[in-house]
Formats: sequence, C-alpha cells, structure tokens
Amino acid sequence: MIDAIASVGRFSLDALAVLGRASMFLLRIFAALDAVVRRFGLTVWQVYSVGVRSVLIVVVAGLFVGMVLAYQGYITLVDFGAAEALGGVVALSLVRELGPVVTALLFAGRAGSALTAELGLMKTTEQLSAMEMMAVNPYRRVFAPRFVAGFLSMPLLAAMFSAVGVMGGYIVGVGLLGVDSGAYFSQMQAVTDWNEDVMSGVIKSIVFGFVVSWIAVFQGMDATPTSEGISRATTQTVVVSSLAVLGLDFILTGLMFGGN
Amino acid sequence: MHAPRREGRRVRIPGDSNVSQSASAETPHIVVEDLHFRRGRKPIFDGLSLEVPRGRVTTVMGPSGSGKTTLLRLIGGQLRPDAGRILVDGEEIGRLSTRRLYAVRKRMGLLFQTGALLTDLSVFENVAFPLREHTELPEDILRTLVLMKLEAVGLRAARDMDPAELSGGMARRVALARALALDPELIMYDEPFTGLDPITMGQIVTLIRRTNHSLGLTSVLVSHDVNEAMSISDHVVLIAEGRAVDAGPPDALQARASDWSAQFLEGRPDGPVPFHYPGASYQDDLLDAGGRNHD
Repeated sequence: MIDAIASVGRFSLDALAVLGRASMFLLRIFAALDAVVRRFGLTVWQVYSVGVRSVLIVVVAGLFVGMVLAYQGYITLVDFGAAEALGGVVALSLVRELGPVVTALLFAGRAGSALTAELGLMKTTEQLSAMEMMAVNPYRRVFAPRFVAGFLSMPLLAAMFSAVGVMGGYIVGVGLLGVDSGAYFSQMQAVTDWNEDVMSGVIKSIVFGFVVSWIAVFQGMDATPTSEGISRATTQTVVVSSLAVLGLDFILTGLMFGGN
Repeated sequence: MHAPRREGRRVRIPGDSNVSQSASAETPHIVVEDLHFRRGRKPIFDGLSLEVPRGRVTTVMGPSGSGKTTLLRLIGGQLRPDAGRILVDGEEIGRLSTRRLYAVRKRMGLLFQTGALLTDLSVFENVAFPLREHTELPEDILRTLVLMKLEAVGLRAARDMDPAELSGGMARRVALARALALDPELIMYDEPFTGLDPITMGQIVTLIRRTNHSLGLTSVLVSHDVNEAMSISDHVVLIAEGRAVDAGPPDALQARASDWSAQFLEGRPDGPVPFHYPGASYQDDLLDAGGRNHD
C-alpha cells in the first residue's frame, strides 16, 4: 500500500518536474520570438518542412473523411426525407470538429514526430551544444522558428482539410448519391455561421497547433541523448499530443457550445 | 617557440570589443581554482586547480571517466561549477550573464569528439555558419574566408559534400575549420585522436600543432592518447579522482613521474590504479561456496 502511494507520489513529482521544464522552455521560446521576426526566412523554411510536407496526408485524409461523412450522413438523412441537408451536415462536422481535431492528430503523427526526432538527433550528435559554443542561441536559431512554424501551419492545414472534405462530400453526395448540387451548397451556406462555426474551428486549430508544436519541440529538446531516448521522445510526442488534443477539444467544445 | 600574437587579423565581431586588452603572454589564459563539480551524487571534481598557459598547447590527460570532457564544458560555460572558479582571460565563466558568456564564446572554439557538424548543411555552409551568424560580410568575402579555412585543413575540394559523406577524420577537420572561422584566441579539442587511423591521426596532430603555431592560439586538448598528446604538448596536466595530480612540460613530467603518473604514462596494467576492482579477496570468494555474499 505504502509502495503504491510512494509510486503515485513519485509519478506526480516527475510529471510536475516535466511540466516545470516545459513551461521554462516555452518562456525561453517567447523570449526568442524577436529572432523569428528578424530572420523570418528560417521560419518560412520550417513552415515548408513541417507544413507544406504535411499537405499531402492532410488533403488525402480530408478527402476520405468528407466522402465517408457524406455516405453516413446520407443514410441517416434520407430516412427523414432530408437528404438535401447533406451539405450542411458535412460542413458543420468538418469545420467544427473533424477539421481541427483530425488535422491535429495527423499533424502530431507526421510533423510533430519528425520535429522531435530531428531535435533529439541534433542533441544526441551535439549539434545544439556546438551551436551554443559558437555563441549561437539554439532557442533563437532552432527552437523558436520550429515552434512558430508549427503554430502557423496547423490552422492552414485544418482549413485545407475542411475545404477538401467538403469537396469529398460533394463528390459522394452529389456525384454518386444524387443529391442536388445547388441544395448541397445552399444548405451549407444556410446552416454554417461564420462566428459560431467557422471561427470556433479556427480557434481550436490555433490552440491545437500551439500545443502540438510546444510538445513536439520540447520533447526533442528534453530527449535523453541516446537512440532509445529519441525513440521514446518521438512516441511521447504522438501520444501526449493526441491525448492533449482530444482533451482540449472537449474543453473548448464545452466552452464554445456548452451554453447552447 | 611560439608565434607572435596576431594583430588586426581577427574578424570583427559585435560584442567582443574589450577582448583581453590587459592580457599579456605571461598571464595564464585559463585559471581553474578549487573547482568542485558533481553529477547527481557522483563527484567529478573535488578541488581541481590548474592553469593553462597562453599561446601554448596544453593537454589534460586522465583515465576514462575522470571528467576531461566535463572540464571543457565547464570552461565553455555549458556547465556551472558547484564551487570554485574558472577564469578565462580573467573573466569568471560561472558568473557571466548569458549575453556576456556568448561574447566570450565568440573568442573560443570547441572541437567536439564527433565533429558535431550541422547535418542539414554542406561542408561549406558548416564553416560559413558562425560567420553568417555573427558577421554581415559580403558573400564574396565570406566565400574567400571559408575557402581559406578549408584550405588550411586540406578540405577545400570537399566543400560541396554533406557531413554524412565524410569520414570521421574529415568531419573533425571540417569541425576544426569551423571552430577557426571566427579566429578565436582559445581552441579546445575533446579527444581529437579517438578512433582515427594512423594517417588521419597524423593529419590531426599536424593540424593542431600547425594551427597553434601559426595562429598563436591557446590550445587545450583532453585526451588519453599518451604518445600523440605528449608529442605536441607544451604543458601537460594529469587529473585523477577529481584533482590535478601532476603538471608540467612533458619531459619534466616523465622524468619526475609519481607512481600514479608513471603507471598512466607508461600504460602499466597494475599499480596505484589496481587491475582488480576493489572487493573481497579472491580466496574468500572461492571459499564462499554457498554464495552467501549474493543473498
């Protein structure tokens, strides 16, 4: 019994220590943000690396999610004679929930893990130490541009996911199932509110982008400098980011729509 | 024996305006006083004191795990001492602000054991990296400087290669060119001879000696390769169990070597550092048939 209590205490202390290190890390990144502005080219390159290189997986996933949504939505709606409302169902599902959440999960798996592995390897091969010894601050040169790039890329990728998902729904709903094309888009326009629906999705994707980028860059910096350490940090990035995204989605949804 | 101090040859770097104006050839470049440092519960240094003469090659030698690499990181300010002082050009490294520490680091280079080249940059860009970060030189001048540094280490023709294409020795030579890019006054080498074939080792030995001689640098090596280190050193410090056990010119050190120093320098398997890890006697262990000690 005492052992169980001790292990809970040890786990809690370790978790608090990690949270403390992660918070200090974030503060140091904030202090280095002026370098991101001054040398924006570094951030643009990272946007390409973490953002543009994630476009393919996001677009393909968005297309299939939109198509599946259209199938499932149609099966339910057609029983009530409301198949014309398919466009609204697809769009609301995508912009409110699936766009930000699925993109964040994909982003954590594709770009987050790559960021962690890259930074972990830089630490293991002493590249970060070498930069410090060359009087180059890794927070300004390495961490801050990657963090900002992830933060900027996530909302754009989520927007792409939703847009392509709407087109996927159109292909299945209109092209295969025979829903009227005009009704598909007019229903979408009628039920989707800019502030309540679109902006809530944008806010979610910004929050998810912040959290996933923070976790990915921190895990890379904090990785034990061994091959096993990099492997563990990369796994941690995907697991912790995914759980954080799902947990935050619940909280944000409650805050945004809980009163309705 | 030593080249005269360079005048007016350094690349002008913002933040290093008051570089060692009072330093003279007689004052030590680095002074370590009563240094204490531990990792977790394990003490690494327990009152280490040593001096590194200016403009000479100093080698810090000691057994594996004696804290040689840790000492370089303490001198470079990547670690902070638990107690004691490390003075580089009269500045106490452990007490410097981050900004001042970075200014001091612009005057020192550290050659890592693995080279620590930036893997996403070519050889040329690796050497250009500190120049691009700290100066605003026109591209043609920067190119000339980089080619000069690469020529000095014999790798000008390898400038377009990626670090992954380099052998271990080539990577260290590129790292040396990069460490020299800002014309430092102090350069530190972490185990520069480890894992090299005889030809590459000869090249590195020559480069260290030639670099020190022609540029008038202060060079600090940490190594346990006795022959190579002794052959190029002006000053040797032996450390063990957290302290400096002997120091002086190589010849004098060998002439008056203590038992411990003689064992280390001659590579004897047994002596003050025993071959057998301390424990119960062999006879007692063999007679302990029931394995009671392993309960």
